Amino acid sequence: MIHCRINNIDVVAEEGTTILEAARKFNINIPTLCHYPDLHINSDCRICVVEIDGWRGLKTSCSTPIKDGMVIKTNSPKVLNARKTITELILSNHDANCTACVRNMSCELQGLAKLLGIDENRFENVLERRPLDLLNPSLARNPNRCIKCGRCVDVCASVQGMHVLERMGRGHNMDIAPAFFQPLDDTFCTFCGQCANVCPVGAITERDNTDQVWTKLHDPTKHVLVQIAPAVRVSIGEEVGYKKGLISNGKLVSAMKHLGFNHVYDTNFTADLTIMEEGTELIHRIQTGGVLPLMTSCCPGWINMAEQEYPEVLPHISSCKSPQQMFGALAKTYYADKIGMDPDDIFVVSVMPCTAKKYEATREEFKADGRNSDVDVVITTRELGKMFRQMGIDFDKIEEQDFDNPFGITTGAAALFGATGGVTEAALRTVYEIVNNKPLEDIVFKDVRGLKGIKEATVELGGQPIKVAVSHSLANARELMEDVVAGTSPYTFIEIMACPGGCIGGGGQPYGTDNKMREERIESTYIVDGNMVYRKSHDNPSIQALYKEYLEKPNSHLAHELLHTTYAARNL
Amino acid sequence: MDLQTILSKYPPQPQYLIEMLIDVDDATEQHYVSEDELRTIAAYVGVRDSQVYSVMSFYTMLSTTPRGKYVIQVCKDVPCYLNDDFNVLKTIQDELAIGIGDTTPDQLFSLELTACIGCCDEAPAMRVNHETYTNLSDEKVRSILESYRSGLL
Amino acid sequence: MIERKELTKRFGVIDPLSIEDYINHDGYEMLKQAITMTPEAIREEVRLSRITGRGGAGFPTAIKMNSFAAEKGEKFIVCNADEGEPGNFKDRYLMEQDPHQIIEGMLISALATGATYGYIYIRGEYRKAIAIMKEAVTEARLYNMLGTHILGSSFTFDIEVRRGAGAYVCGEEFALIESLEGKAGRTRVKPPYPAQRGMFQHPTLINNVETFCNLPFILRIGGAEYAKIGSEYASGTKLISLSGNVRNKGLYEVPYGRTIREVIETLGGGTNTGRPIKMVQLGGACGAIIPDELLDMDIDNERFEMFDSKMGAGAIIVIDDSHDLFDIILRNMEFFAHESCGKCTPCREGHIQLVRLVRKFVDRVATMDDYISLKSLADVIHETTLCGLGQTSPTSILSTMEFFHEDYLDRIQNNKEVRP
Repeated sequence: MIHCRINNIDVVAEEGTTILEAARKFNINIPTLCHYPDLHINSDCRICVVEIDGWRGLKTSCSTPIKDGMVIKTNSPKVLNARKTITELILSNHDANCTACVRNMSCELQGLAKLLGIDENRFENVLERRPLDLLNPSLARNPNRCIKCGRCVDVCASVQGMHVLERMGRGHNMDIAPAFFQPLDDTFCTFCGQCANVCPVGAITERDNTDQVWTKLHDPTKHVLVQIAPAVRVSIGEEVGYKKGLISNGKLVSAMKHLGFNHVYDTNFTADLTIMEEGTELIHRIQTGGVLPLMTSCCPGWINMAEQEYPEVLPHISSCKSPQQMFGALAKTYYADKIGMDPDDIFVVSVMPCTAKKYEATREEFKADGRNSDVDVVITTRELGKMFRQMGIDFDKIEEQDFDNPFGITTGAAALFGATGGVTEAALRTVYEIVNNKPLEDIVFKDVRGLKGIKEATVELGGQPIKVAVSHSLANARELMEDVVAGTSPYTFIEIMACPGGCIGGGGQPYGTDNKMREERIESTYIVDGNMVYRKSHDNPSIQALYKEYLEKPNSHLAHELLHTTYAARNL
Repeated sequence: MDLQTILSKYPPQPQYLIEMLIDVDDATEQHYVSEDELRTIAAYVGVRDSQVYSVMSFYTMLSTTPRGKYVIQVCKDVPCYLNDDFNVLKTIQDELAIGIGDTTPDQLFSLELTACIGCCDEAPAMRVNHETYTNLSDEKVRSILESYRSGLL
Repeated sequence: MIERKELTKRFGVIDPLSIEDYINHDGYEMLKQAITMTPEAIREEVRLSRITGRGGAGFPTAIKMNSFAAEKGEKFIVCNADEGEPGNFKDRYLMEQDPHQIIEGMLISALATGATYGYIYIRGEYRKAIAIMKEAVTEARLYNMLGTHILGSSFTFDIEVRRGAGAYVCGEEFALIESLEGKAGRTRVKPPYPAQRGMFQHPTLINNVETFCNLPFILRIGGAEYAKIGSEYASGTKLISLSGNVRNKGLYEVPYGRTIREVIETLGGGTNTGRPIKMVQLGGACGAIIPDELLDMDIDNERFEMFDSKMGAGAIIVIDDSHDLFDIILRNMEFFAHESCGKCTPCREGHIQLVRLVRKFVDRVATMDDYISLKSLADVIHETTLCGLGQTSPTSILSTMEFFHEDYLDRIQNNKEVRP
């Protein structure tokens, strides 16, 4: 153990502990800016500097390990002056029009400036304006707000293995940008949005579609329905600052109705449907010697990556549309018929934890009625939070309401989709019972749960042990792809999610998602599962009814038409 | 030397990226690395275009835009400045009628500033492509430019 | 005699491209001797010599070597020949005039530390030095000074010559390593230091060209004898790059302990303009600017540190009284603004603001507030930046605020925008 003194407090911590970690352990707050849990320490911003007796210069507390006998001051006049000066410097090259910024009141730079008491800037603003990138449906980049903290570069390179964003140029002209300063949609970008999630300022954000939603909600000719993804349920409470933790489905449905949606549905319904379709596909491929491993298709970030970078693996990917797109397709066909409306008048909004879903909804092939996009607008958890704030919804007081029918009943299996391993667990609950023709004793598949990068499990199916793998974050996906491309993959089924932790860690989730928050959201996911009446997709009576009434059976001709899709290599 | 010949000189590893880029820049009449060449090099060493572009945009000897056949780099640092009684830069600008960072309309010369090139004992100094010229005087600068223009150098 | 030619003794005497010539002038003798010595014995000679790094930071070479020697696994030696500090040209001469001396120094370092592979990283602008070093490495291989079973021993070591592509900051050790790995030269967080985790995460010993050149010399006369050269603060000889308004600009090798004035007056022959010296910048753009009165100080690193400045890599830039102090500082700051890698905030955003503030002094529109901002900003950059570039870049401002305080006050008082 190392003994040192921070601000006259005796501090004891393990060897290798940084000054920042040691200080936090003893409730001494050192402000930071570029620092981000789970990412590399690059100590670029220099905000967290401290004074160490006998050391020359000021040292960044994020990167300096404590040493025995160190005497550290975190708030000496010299330190405070340095922090203030550095913050002024950042602001001198920043479009600090705070009231006209999506991050107003949630901006880390703004918070820092307030904390340090910046009331004027001695330095002239030298910002040279650069063009915005608004050319894709998912993400907006505003280089004029970028403070070069490097978080997006790190998450894109080391977590996602993408390297879309890099530091370009040098000195005062350094920019963070894709190659050739191209717009994101000319790059390999998967629109996963992890960069937006970690951005401390308004330099990378989701494309905001809330105005479009408000317009349609007040258009009397439109029947506006909304589907909410499972991962949104476990994070919307954080976004709106709900103190009691998880917001119940009932309150959420009610709040959506307050916003003006005609009907509120649960994407979990089509998650159950996905399990029926994908499970059947898996069984079919196993029994007929089809292409294996079968890989999941729910995640649009992953699909973007596969189409752009791994065309060889496309035959491995399940032909199932994602739950979002299955819902959209049903809404514009089955549901339109059922309520007797022209699909032109039905407006489908999705609330997703994901920025890539915005892109997915715009894909040309997703027009089940031949004219309209199946999903008209996708908003993220953050945008939904914004709409709730605009409406002034008080979750303490709001009453409870049920999801609307005909898609009202969902299962715990579907709720699992939000967490890494969830699709696999849900699929196994169903596939096991169908293939083995006996009830599953323990429906919890522990091996596929948790934040380990690549997880494995073995299950007996029809007397054969089959291996499944689960990966989250695209860097981990790459690892699995090597074997699949080489034809040496030992797995029968692979679940891939682009974002760390799965959808609960999606790019559209509340800002500042870290592993601690991911764990909490995953825990909530399992609580939701545990509370459900039905916990296996094939037990869902609404699903059974849908097949009986309309689709006939999983993988039927109509199911293929509405619920399945194809993939194509996209060369850049 | 064509691109493939240059690449074949080096193992396909990112550590040789800068060497390759310098060679391509040298081998190209217009002293730059084109977008296509950049993509080919990135694929060869197994990194992303963005990583190569990051390198290209960082180093002053490399350019992603075409330059003149002769890239003139004038030292702007103190030891040269102290000995630059006649103003090398102004003489060149008079002769070529271009500004810093510009290329002459005939694509013959580009004019750039450079950080110290370690010729302070023979200041003032400049480089034209990879030749270094020192102890510059007004006449010397004019005659060097003339030699390049007439093809003598 | 002010000069003492040890590292430069073969300059002009041998053909730099001839290994035979080098061998005939005591070359590779110390390699042979080192092969017969234990690594500990070589390092002990280095320790006794008291030699400090010649690249500018002046860190004791033996300490760095010993910590590197203690590391296990594959280890690299890097010769830092990214000489980019304005006013310095010694490394260029060492490479162009006596390339095998560098190779021999690297070989001795490898023997002393257990490294098996070396890189010489030369700035891309030094086209001639690159060609000569490459040729020398090839010849050394032919003569089995490099490769496997060097000179019949079990010692294996080889060297690759690598080019930079125009970036001053690559002289900083981690920026250099990043560049060697094929990336932009943006430094890494320390610790760990290169000696623990450097190139490709392997332990890496980085020394300046001149430091390596000293190793054969140290072995030749012995560490204890070497330590007697120079002053109580610094041992050995130092290559001085003398430039600016001085008659005999050029490279000089002098023992530590000589004064700056001796070098300028006796070797340099005074100003080339006949005008009085207004100031001298030491080390290069990152060094202190001192007035005539301080020129009687010794050339050694230790004592310059007393006012937080260093002799650096050994540049002496003489500036006569026809030049404006602020003009010189402005050029220095423009240099750093251009050379900042952009990674850390104070360096990236700070230098452009320093340029703006200094320009106000040049333009005679500066106020006392500007002076205060300039001082505060220079201090913060010096105290908080990630690498040596920003830690040293404000030295010309901070030193002149001390030694040329009157000039600042004069500018503020004679602000042309303020009515009397």
